[in-house]
Amino acid sequence: MKVGVVTFPGSLDDVDARRAVTLGGHQAVALWHGDEDLRGVDAIVLPGGFSYGDYLRAGAISRFAPVMTAVVEAAGRGVPVLGICNGFQVLCESHLLPGALIRNDHRKFNCVDQRLRIERTDTPWTSSYDEGQEVTIVLKNGEGGFVADEATLDRLEGEGLVVARYLDGNPNGSLRDIAGVSNDRGNVVGLMPHPEHAVEELTGPGTDGLGFFTSLVETAFA
Amino acid sequence: MARYVVDVMPKPEILDPQGKAVHGALPRLGFTGVVDVRQGKRFELEVEGEATPELLAEVERIAGTLLANPVIEDFEVHTEERTVAEVAQEAGR
Repeated sequence: MKVGVVTFPGSLDDVDARRAVTLGGHQAVALWHGDEDLRGVDAIVLPGGFSYGDYLRAGAISRFAPVMTAVVEAAGRGVPVLGICNGFQVLCESHLLPGALIRNDHRKFNCVDQRLRIERTDTPWTSSYDEGQEVTIVLKNGEGGFVADEATLDRLEGEGLVVARYLDGNPNGSLRDIAGVSNDRGNVVGLMPHPEHAVEELTGPGTDGLGFFTSLVETAFA
Repeated sequence: MARYVVDVMPKPEILDPQGKAVHGALPRLGFTGVVDVRQGKRFELEVEGEATPELLAEVERIAGTLLANPVIEDFEVHTEERTVAEVAQEAGR
């Protein structure tokens, strides 16, 4: 599959994301924030970083980048979209995902090998995992606290839209230990930890993140 | 020229770590008795034309679309004669 990775001004992890896409067996396509079309990609990754310097709110200005009009439209058609860290913030600001991400409750930037439980596996990004599978994936953020009102949190839990949950301690104050969520359809997934940094033994805590990039194929064969 | 001020504050139920950090610094500086600090944002918008209800509605749309995230923040819009900078200047600060 052709997987587009969007680079915004201030994106950090776009190159790692493209590398992870390739290791996952796909063709990575670089997309630019000023692009108005998606170059025929089959799926889209919004990578981590500090797009537009996190000015105003993290992800708030990126939401109005020209490429996002096409991303929102594609998401509506069911095209798989994965937002990692800053990409997750962009998806929330775009209202493609519920809730918002605020500054960590302990006020410090956090960089840890984080234990997670994968809870929703019927999405195009997580089908390689077993439901309830525990993994270790790098987490690095300053504004990773997932918040939403109680009714939204209850709905996320009740409808099984929580994709991943923090284990062994909550690293950033996210309500109900939520590390990642999806939309109803499951094609749009936001995740605060960085699976693209956990795809090779040499440079991370292991390869537990690779599943996010191999799942796409398995969905296609399903 | 019409001038509007948009005040944005985190919703009461949303944790405000920045406000907490500021609050935590006050006793160290000798300021006691402050029981809470919430940190928000103030935007000053200069807009072409006279202040009208239509223009106010437009600024409210701007506030609700970009300046504030209604999921976590409340905002309030009002017209203002002078900016904070002008008030400071007049006061000789």
